[in-house]
Amino acid sequence: KITRENSKAKSFASPLLWANDIFCSKSTGISWNSLAALCWIHRAKMDTNLVEMFRAGLNWVTMALDAPSARVVLFGVRIQWHIFVEVLLGFVIVILLSQKSYKPPKRPLTEQEIDELCDEWVPEPLIPPITEDMRHEPPVLESAAGPHTTVNGKDVVNFASANYLGLIGHEKLLESCTSALEKYGVGSCGPRGFYGTIDVHLDCETRISKFLSTPDTILYSYGLSTMFSTIPCFCKKGDIIVADEGVHWGIQNGLQLSRSTIVYFKHNDMDSLRSTLEKIMTKNKRSKNLRRYIVAEAVYQNSGQIAPLDEIVKLKEKYKFRVILDESNSFGVLGRSGRGLAEHHGVPIEKIDVVTAAMGHALATEGGFCTGNARIIDYQRLSSSGYVFSASLPPYLASAAITAIDVIDQNPELLVKMKQHIALLWKGLKDIKGMSLASDPESPIVFLKLENSSGSTKEDLLLLEKMADRALKEDSLLVVSSKKSFLDKCRLPVGIKLLVSAGHSESDLVKVSESLKRLASELLL
Amino acid sequence: MITIPYLTAVSTYFSYGLLFAFGQLRDYSRLIFDWCSTNNLQGYAPICLAHEDFYIRRLYHRIQDCFNRPISSAPDSWVDVIERRTTKSTRCLNLGSYNYLGFGSFDEYCTPRVIESLKKFSASTCSSRVDAGTTSVHAELEECVANYVGKPAAIVTGMGFATNSAIIPVLIGKGGLIISDSLNHTSIVNGARGSGATIRVFQHNTPAHLERVLKEQIAEGQPRTHRPWKKIIVVVEGIYSMEGEICQLPEIVSVCKKYKAYVYLDEAHSIGAIGKTGRGVCELLGVDTADVDIMMGTFTKSFGSCGGYIAGSKDLIQYLKYHCPAHLYATSISTPSAQQIISAIKVILGEDGSNRGAQKLARIRENSNFFRAELQKMGFEVLGDNDSPVMPIMLYNPAKIPAFSRECLRENVAVVVVGFPATPLLLARARICISASHSREDLIKALKVISKAGDLTGIKYFPAAPKKQEEEKDRIKLD
Repeated sequence: KITRENSKAKSFASPLLWANDIFCSKSTGISWNSLAALCWIHRAKMDTNLVEMFRAGLNWVTMALDAPSARVVLFGVRIQWHIFVEVLLGFVIVILLSQKSYKPPKRPLTEQEIDELCDEWVPEPLIPPITEDMRHEPPVLESAAGPHTTVNGKDVVNFASANYLGLIGHEKLLESCTSALEKYGVGSCGPRGFYGTIDVHLDCETRISKFLSTPDTILYSYGLSTMFSTIPCFCKKGDIIVADEGVHWGIQNGLQLSRSTIVYFKHNDMDSLRSTLEKIMTKNKRSKNLRRYIVAEAVYQNSGQIAPLDEIVKLKEKYKFRVILDESNSFGVLGRSGRGLAEHHGVPIEKIDVVTAAMGHALATEGGFCTGNARIIDYQRLSSSGYVFSASLPPYLASAAITAIDVIDQNPELLVKMKQHIALLWKGLKDIKGMSLASDPESPIVFLKLENSSGSTKEDLLLLEKMADRALKEDSLLVVSSKKSFLDKCRLPVGIKLLVSAGHSESDLVKVSESLKRLASELLL
Repeated sequence: MITIPYLTAVSTYFSYGLLFAFGQLRDYSRLIFDWCSTNNLQGYAPICLAHEDFYIRRLYHRIQDCFNRPISSAPDSWVDVIERRTTKSTRCLNLGSYNYLGFGSFDEYCTPRVIESLKKFSASTCSSRVDAGTTSVHAELEECVANYVGKPAAIVTGMGFATNSAIIPVLIGKGGLIISDSLNHTSIVNGARGSGATIRVFQHNTPAHLERVLKEQIAEGQPRTHRPWKKIIVVVEGIYSMEGEICQLPEIVSVCKKYKAYVYLDEAHSIGAIGKTGRGVCELLGVDTADVDIMMGTFTKSFGSCGGYIAGSKDLIQYLKYHCPAHLYATSISTPSAQQIISAIKVILGEDGSNRGAQKLARIRENSNFFRAELQKMGFEVLGDNDSPVMPIMLYNPAKIPAFSRECLRENVAVVVVGFPATPLLLARARICISASHSREDLIKALKVISKAGDLTGIKYFPAAPKKQEEEKDRIKLD
């Protein structure tokens, strides 16, 4: 008998005990078996009774399940039996969801497998096999690399040194170098931050600033590292740089190290530059907050072209870009007094944000510098890797630079002479067959490019090398044939370069034009 | 490994926090003042965002008189340090320049020859090595360097920094792996980044970790595609300039041989300074130079000149001469500098007819060991191995950096202090570089001054040793 009356008076726990008794114990009477037996007995009666039976059974089940919670009132809400079923279902759902989806078990490599892989791995050789053309030896000079030099005991006319004003071997330079060597020794034995700043460095920086009328200058100890230290200083990831496709390797390396977005425009083509700038400014709405730079060279080392600075400045002001200009081959050469491209085009130098130059060209010394407004230069003193982590320029080279600038200031006739020589050379090489003059008529780099390229750069380079070798052997002339490293991404046409100096004589220039014309007609046709 | 004492770490963090807070305060007040003045950028994006140079403006500029001190004489053992804002200079003992063998100033054998070559060849050739920049001096230099280092051939460039940046991209490219020591120099990091290869780092000077990294990387292959690596180059340095430690070369070379990786050794500080005849870390540790594939070094430190070199097999050097951008495009090394290196090597090897070279090498070893032992006895925390001429003294706290530097300068001793970012933030240090031109009296004076400055700034983190021994002796006597 269901002792419901008993449960009425008892606490919440007792209905559970009661239910437990019902289902587990045999002694209280009603169990599932007896319930089934009862149903079976009643089945024997009429079918109409079946529905009644079913209803009665349902009632009974309801009451049986309701019983434990018949008196339960939780938070003022009566809990009914279906809540338990729902709660149970909820638990089942939670358990299923928290199961991890099936993944095939990860099996890391065993020690033995790792050892086998290490044994099987064969690296490539450190360098590819050496071919014959790699064994080419450059000429060895036995005297100073001035307009005339000695190779293998023979006197040779030198068109391969960027000695534009003929300052190699100048007595004033040699004097100042000698006194600096006796006072300071050769090296500076330390980076600029750790007692490597010698007073000649500071004097050199002030002298360059005075010469170019800029607020401040910073000296680097190597020409090539100037550009690839300056650019990563200002251009970081996410910035936009528009560069000429003909820039030299130093600039390309700087662009790569900066990890910015780089867009190249056609070599020295202002229309291409304009359309590139237009595209960048309209395409990218966020461009307005990014730093944007145009990188160009004043006189391109790879082609001898001169950049039209006035147009670049107009474009820069229209689209709000900053200009980084490399004046290595134009410092001391272009302009009425040698102050570079800005003077040549009549542009005030404040409009160019960063000017860098290597001093190994017109100044006949080594190293490089960067000049601009005080904030920019100050920033480089701490963040430029080639300045902070490298030893400073040897002091005798810095004093040579100061003397060279003094000489340029006091002798403007050197520039005039150099310009005359360029004009003479152009006249002489105007009708050369098989090659054409590809440089600007005012640039000190006279570039003769091949008219009919064979299609493969390697073949062209070999041909030009042969031409330069024969010029040296037969006519005692040193000329430069283009050399390309596989790291250099510049795809401009290759050719022969002649570097004109104020120290050449007219007979030298005539000699080189005749010789090149002869060799071109023999080798190229 | 440097383990910083707990209390010092707490006080260092606190100091940096204080400096940072003051810096932010000043930035905010600057913002308020600048509200009035107009912004003259006119549509250009600012070239430098405020948070990028916060450290430079607010922390570094406070102590910038400790760095970039100009000198007006040769970087010898005694220098004339120029006082700021005047043209006066004071004679100070130089413990900061990299002048290991004393070639940094006028030398009786080298300088006349340098001046001679200057008169003959002039200061520069204005041309790259392949065009018209190779003189007979350059050819002699490369032979001389190759013989000295112990390799078949060598190539010389005009700057040590650019040597690493220009050579590593030629040797390895995309698809290759560079494993470099965690404390390698910026030039190596620049060269590795410029090459496009994948870079992995192993724990400083720990061959066991290098082996683990090598095994893992060879088994895994290139990232994402898992193709096998084209080649693996392991880059280590001879002496690490900020720690003064010598690399564990024999173990590293044996690990690399086992896994067929190439070894690139950067001997910027160790060539000329350690080893019986100054041939560097290979001689000191007894490693055969044929086992190291590429040996690189600079001439700025021990030879008193400028430039860098790479030494290797004849084929390797030929290949580099054909492809290296520093050889093809950059102006060649200045001829007088080249002559200085040749003369310095001749002096070191004794080929100038005197034994000055051997004397210099013996003196630098003696000086370094004496100085290090004395500093450790005084209770300073000095890093570095025996025989290494580089001695960092730990400072830790940012306030002690300028204090130590200025105290020493007041007593006419010029030291170098280094902080972030050249070292980790907490581990600021003062770095001493010993030279062969320092005499015993110079070193004793330096020790006195450093001890006094150390007492004032409180950097003697270890107990001083000799006093204990003396006390013990007394006790024994009494007994």
